[in-house]
Amino acid sequence: MTEELAGAIGSGPPGPDVLLEVRGLRTHFHVMDGTVPAVDGVDFRILRGRTLGVVGESGCGKSVTALTIMRLIDTPPGEIVAGEIWFDGRDLLRLSDEEMRKVRGNDIAMIFQEPMTSLNPVFTIGDQIAEAVRLHKRVSQREALNRAIETLSLVGIPLPERRVRQYPHEMSGGMRQRVMIAMALSCDPKLLIADEPTTALDVTIQAQILELIKEIQQRTGTALLLITHDLGVVAETVQDVAVMYAGKVVERGKVDQVLLDPKHPYTEGLLTSIPSHVARGQRLNVIKGTVPNPFRMPTGCRFEPRCPYAFEPCRSFEPPLELPYPASAADAGRLAACWRHVAADRRPGPSATSHVGFAVSQRIGS
Amino acid sequence: MATDGQAAAPVAAAADRGADSDVEVALESLGQWQLAWRRFKRHRLAMAGLAIFLLMIVVAIVGPIVAPYNPLNIPNSKIPGGEPPSLTHLFGTDDVGRDVFTMVINGARISLAIGGFSMLIAGFVGVAVGAISGYAGGIVDNVLMRVVDVLFAIPFLFVILVAARFFGQGQVIPLVLIFGLLSWPLIARLVRAQYLSLREADFVEAARAVGVGNMRITFRHILPNALGPVIVAMTLIMAGNIVLEAFVSFLNFGISPDQISWGNALSNAQPALSLGNWWWAFFPGMAIALTVIAINFVGDGLRDALDPRSHL
Repeated sequence: MTEELAGAIGSGPPGPDVLLEVRGLRTHFHVMDGTVPAVDGVDFRILRGRTLGVVGESGCGKSVTALTIMRLIDTPPGEIVAGEIWFDGRDLLRLSDEEMRKVRGNDIAMIFQEPMTSLNPVFTIGDQIAEAVRLHKRVSQREALNRAIETLSLVGIPLPERRVRQYPHEMSGGMRQRVMIAMALSCDPKLLIADEPTTALDVTIQAQILELIKEIQQRTGTALLLITHDLGVVAETVQDVAVMYAGKVVERGKVDQVLLDPKHPYTEGLLTSIPSHVARGQRLNVIKGTVPNPFRMPTGCRFEPRCPYAFEPCRSFEPPLELPYPASAADAGRLAACWRHVAADRRPGPSATSHVGFAVSQRIGS
Repeated sequence: MATDGQAAAPVAAAADRGADSDVEVALESLGQWQLAWRRFKRHRLAMAGLAIFLLMIVVAIVGPIVAPYNPLNIPNSKIPGGEPPSLTHLFGTDDVGRDVFTMVINGARISLAIGGFSMLIAGFVGVAVGAISGYAGGIVDNVLMRVVDVLFAIPFLFVILVAARFFGQGQVIPLVLIFGLLSWPLIARLVRAQYLSLREADFVEAARAVGVGNMRITFRHILPNALGPVIVAMTLIMAGNIVLEAFVSFLNFGISPDQISWGNALSNAQPALSLGNWWWAFFPGMAIALTVIAINFVGDGLRDALDPRSHL
């Protein structure tokens, strides 16, 4: 399984046990001041029934990646510039709008960040779940409502028969997120995308919702793409993880590989900045500097201006996402994009461009 | 997922810990419209306006049937200046002896029909244009909104008078069409503005994520959320068009004299200014004023009732 997880990016559909494979995805936004490369070369894959967490700080392109998979990017201003999204043997980027509409909600369902505003205030929750069912299955309104009651009890909502007749404003945030999860599950999707599903909830409810998502994932066998900025959530909820920085995946692998032995300095920075690792009275560890200006990305590694280990090739050359070197048996299946983990003889030597690259990165880093 | 029934138990149990604090099952489940009606009922003027308005509609429907006289029947007993109000003629008679009360309750039918149906046309066209314009955006939006701009730029009264004279021919249906087709741009702009903000709403994105198509999102998911201000504007258009009918008919560009509207009745009563038989003009005028005020009160009540920021 580890080989499949890491498998090289090739052409044509991936193997049958790969549910979702994103290759070289680039989604840019054309705005007044120029072009923002929100997603700029993202590669990952999810095997059937497995769970992948995508982590990164605000603005690194996590949500845009999810919306691109669903093809929910508004064009204009957005544009899917390049890439392939292989889902269940088909490239979603080549489907017609109508074919894609049938995939949404039916094969891929999504849970959003804001349960308070994600339900339509004028319809009962039963109507909303029933609509999702009837869009994809040929059933009567009665059967669809029964399915709504069934999914509401699945997500642990008491008295589902009464709840279906209620309106969103009669429910708390935690309840509404359960409703959103129920709606997402109503058509038995093969892939569930949860975009920061607990960010808007208070801490006690967060744990319950995550537990619920995890349990449901295990029971229904649906694959899960969980987007979060919280490494704690990743550690507890998913099997595989992809770390994103400035629109790119910089490291991916199984959760214990990445979190216990990070190869990319950004992952390392994220891990050491978790407050619980710091003794009382000590300053919190932070990653110095800020995310690069999207209009002036560093020419080399995007993390180079903030990286404590940056050396010559980092300033001018983008590191490839590949198996870290030297690799032990425990590293099988993981990938990192860092020149420190590329064999020295394969690193690009100093060249004429390096000086220019240094100047650019200096400006951005300051 | 086929075995949900059994498997649901542990999850439900696990979730109950958190769900307990969430059990806030209301005694009755009220939708947005029911809540709005509840708020509307607290607005006294609006309720009074609604009562008057409903009364006028009843009058418009059954009035001509129960009216004591034939409104067009001219009795041969001419009394110069007409008879003042009395028990036989509640609102008096005009200079040819026609019963003013009969004219007022007959006029209700045409005046309310013109106001009401032109409002429906304006609402229908305005909502369709505004919704498509606001949701589609881009070129579609640009073209439709330039059409609206042109319609706004046309001197309204001039067009109405010319259209009423050439296409109206004194009939009700052409006038309804003219009024309706000239008053939708206001609604269209209002609806578009609503759509521009609502299309970015989270629930719209959630609906798209479930696979709802664009038409269904436009008219089923967004429209009910956009209707509040539109309904208020429609009441204003109805009131405005009732006044407009009176105005156009007063200038003899409106309803032909062989049919009776409030505007016609007022128009006929022009000599009352010099003759001093006030009842001739007073009662049709009062009918118009009362109806328009009632509709405006209803609109005011709806504005408060449908405002999402106002709470019980």
